[in-house]
This record gives sequence, structure tokens and C-alpha cells, in this order.
Amino acid sequence: MNRRRRRRLAAFKTAVYVVLGLFFLLPIAAMVEFATRGVGISSPRTLSAFTSIGSDPELVDAIMASLELALITSVGMLALLLPTMIWVRLRLPRMVRPVELACLTPLTIPAIVLVVGFAPIYRWIEINVSDSILTLAFAYLILVLPYCYRALDAGLSAVDIRTLSEAARSLGAGWDTVMWRIVVPNMSSAVSNACLLCAAVVLGEFTVANLLNFENLQVAISILGTGNASISIALSVLSLVFVFVFLLVLSFLARSLSRRRGAARA
Amino acid sequence: MRRPLGGRLRLSSTWLGAAPFVVYTGAFLLLPTVLVAVGAFSGAHGPTLSNLAQLSQPYIVSAFVNSLVLSAVSASVGAVVGAVLAYAVATGSPDGIMRRLVTALCGVLSQFGGVTLAFAFIATIGTEGFIVIWLRQHGIDFYPNGVWLFSLTGLTLIYTYFQIPLMVIVFMPALDGIRPQWREATETLGGATWHYWRHVAGPLLLPAFLGAWLLLFANAFSAYATAAALLDIGGVIVPLQISRALSSEVGLDQANLAAALALGMVVVVALITVGYSWLQRRSARWLPR
Repeated sequence: MNRRRRRRLAAFKTAVYVVLGLFFLLPIAAMVEFATRGVGISSPRTLSAFTSIGSDPELVDAIMASLELALITSVGMLALLLPTMIWVRLRLPRMVRPVELACLTPLTIPAIVLVVGFAPIYRWIEINVSDSILTLAFAYLILVLPYCYRALDAGLSAVDIRTLSEAARSLGAGWDTVMWRIVVPNMSSAVSNACLLCAAVVLGEFTVANLLNFENLQVAISILGTGNASISIALSVLSLVFVFVFLLVLSFLARSLSRRRGAARA
Repeated sequence: MRRPLGGRLRLSSTWLGAAPFVVYTGAFLLLPTVLVAVGAFSGAHGPTLSNLAQLSQPYIVSAFVNSLVLSAVSASVGAVVGAVLAYAVATGSPDGIMRRLVTALCGVLSQFGGVTLAFAFIATIGTEGFIVIWLRQHGIDFYPNGVWLFSLTGLTLIYTYFQIPLMVIVFMPALDGIRPQWREATETLGGATWHYWRHVAGPLLLPAFLGAWLLLFANAFSAYATAAALLDIGGVIVPLQISRALSSEVGLDQANLAAALALGMVVVVALITVGYSWLQRRSARWLPR
């Protein structure tokens, strides 16, 4: 590439980064600014919006509910999806495509559509099982399927399951040993990826909770927003930072795994 | 393909391993979908087409039109701007810090939607937003023709906020598949930059670009949370109509209308998905495996 073109490309890139950087970072900065405003125009910055989050019991309940849902959904997803995916790859190759299709269906049938079908089901659950907000985990497990499937699939494809399982079986291992002591430890980064994605999706979920009349974190933020914008925005900032930290941890885990594998190969 | 060892007993225990998943998705994925399909055709006195007929009412037709326009515009803006950003990143160093930073940021921002995003924009260009106040202090009125943030226009702008990062994530692999040899070949044959884009890179990237556009379209079409947080009344777009039908206390009729609306959405998104996988297969021909 000649020098003139390289300079034009560099100028283009700088312009793109600056303009889009402003566009994307400005709302986040504005959120922080709004959440720290004092009462009058020129009163000092205050963190009262953040600290008053803890004093609203309804809000605290919603936050706890969302955190518990994130945990339950992650555990449930691992309990359901992980064994199924490994089992299917090892013993039922014909089911790989149907399982994949089922897991990617929530992309074609979005939450707003699913929730219409959930409504009667949840009316039944409310009467016969429980009316706790934690029953949302059933629905959330379905919503996180596409993301978690992709994460676990990436991890599974990186491990040569066939060879490992055949070697283990020839040494006398049962299928449970193969699954839990051989395959899973080799995809630990994919498992933690899937869990973090799961948590991120659950913490950000609004549609299903709102239309089934449950009050989770996002619904609480929305309800608050109509009255007290500062606290809502403070909470939004916190939840954004939380998810950002989550996904940052995720990227570090992914890098450390690839570095470890690279070192092992070397 | 490995055949299961042993006789029938081994075969059924193998299938049993997949049973929990099948049962669960049957109950919470298949069943809701069936309920939507059935509900769309149910009425107070048995099967009926009246719910579908209601879809032709002007306020619902306009909701569909608004949804389609909103999705098309936000997808187009997101696709073009996202492609530009992806190009800026892809032409940089593959291990460079800019690439990792932008990729990570795009990963976060494409998930940043819903309620928190609506509030972020209210904090930025709402009536007491950061930018509005700052401009007011310099004598400039941000909203000379009335506040447009809480309308379809504002919603479209907000949608581009997560459409652009999504485009970057989805389109980047296609840009990474561009080989420098193509550029060199064009120059060898006497072509300039414009020729390269018009006759070589453009046509090769087009299927991937259109596929990404379709994904963005479906993404915007199904989105609910941001609109719900921003526009508090009425049902200007289909998801809001569904929400209105579901939370109405009128009774069974409204629930079935919600199902009909949902079915309509599924049809639209299904068409989009079919188009997307067709374009995916076409563009995959050119990308390195």
C-alpha cells in the first residue's frame, strides 16, 4: 500500500473512532452526570441517588430477585444443557442438529412472542406450583438457550470428544466419568462463558418479567423512572457497570484459556 | 456414524439421556409456540379467523407499518455505520489494542438495550438532559420544533445505538475474509480504489452485508423493552400492541388478539430468517473455512 493511501486510511480511521466514540460514550457519561446531580442547578455533585438505592425495600427486593434468578438460571442451564450437549455429541449424533435448532429457535421466536404463549402457562404455574418471581427461571432458561448453546458449542468443538471418550472408555471409564471428569474440565472456559452470558441476559431481561407482571430489576428501574429519574439512572449505571465487568471477566478468561492451550502445544 | 452398541435396551437408555432437554423445551418452548398459534385462531366460541381479521384494522396496520419502518431505518443506519466502523477496525492490526477494545465494547453495547438504554438517552437528550442543558447555556435550543425523543424518531435513534455494535460483531468476519491479493490483483489490472470497491470487494461483501442487515432488522422488529420504557402510551409498534392486548382487562378476546399479533410477528421474522440463511450460505462460499 502506498504512503498516500495509508495516510488517507489513517485519517479515515481517526475520524470514525472519534465520531463514533463520542456517540457511544456520551450517553453513558450523561447517565453518570445525571445520576450525580445535586438538587439545584449549581449545587455540588452528590452520590445520594446511588446510596438511596439501598433504602427502597421494593427496589432491593427486585435486585435480589434478579440476582437469584441469574444464579438459578445459570445453574439450571448448566444442569440441562451441558449434559445434553455432551451426551448428544457422544451418543446421539443424529440429534445434534435438532438440539441446535431448538436452541437457536428463541432467535426466530422472540421474547415478545414467547411471552404470549407463556401467559397461560404461568397462570397455571401460579396456581399449581408457586407465585414467586423465581418461577421466571423456567422462561429465562429458554431465553438464554441461543447464547449459552453457542458458548458451550464453541468449547465442545475445541475438545476432541470422540478421541478422549474412546480412550477413556477403552481404559474402563463409565459414561459419567467421561462426561464429568474428562470433557467438562477441558471446556471450563466455555462453561464460565455460558454462565456469565446467562447472568448478563437475565439481569437485562425486561419483556417477559414485565408482561407476566413480575417485578425484576429492569421492571423496577422502569417503574421508578416514571417518578424518580435519578435513582433509575443511578441503577442503570450500576447494572451497566456490572454487566460490563462480567463481560470483561469473560474476555480475560477466554484469553487465558487460549494462552494456556497455546503454551501447552508449544 | 457410530451405531449404538448392544441391543434395544442400550438404545433406549441412550435416548433417555436427551430426554430432560426434550421434555423441557417441549414444555417451555414448543408449548408456548403452539399456544400462540392456537390462540391466534381461537375465539370465545371456538376456532375463528376473527383475530386475524382484526389485524386488518387501521391502528394495527399502522403499528405493523411503524414497526417495519423503524426496523428498516435503524437496520440501514446501523448496517452502514457499523460496516464503516468494522472496516476501520478490520484494516487495523489484528492484535492491536484498538481492535480488542472496540470488539469488547461492541460486545457490551450490543447487549445494552431496553430500559437502561432508554434512560441513558433521556439523560443525554431528554428535556433535562446533559446535552440539552449544555446547549441551552450557550443559547441553542436543542428542540426548536418540539421534543422528538419520545416518539418513533427518538426510538429509531436509540435503536441505532445497539444496531451499530451488533453490525460490527456480525459483519467483521466477512471483512476479515477479504484477501489482500484481491486488491493487488485489481491494481495489477490497472484498477483504482473505486474499481476495487465497485467490481471486486463490493459484490463479494454484498451477501454478508445484506445478511447482517436482515439480522439487524429482525433484532429491531422484535425489540420491546426500549420502546416500553420510552413511549408510555398507545401502541405505535407491534410489540407495544401485544403488550397492550396482554395487559388489557377486557378478557379472552384481547389475549387471542395478542396471539394473532404474535403470529404475525413470527411470520415476518420467519421470512427474515429464511432470507438470512440463504444469504449466509451464499456469502460463506467466499470466506476461508
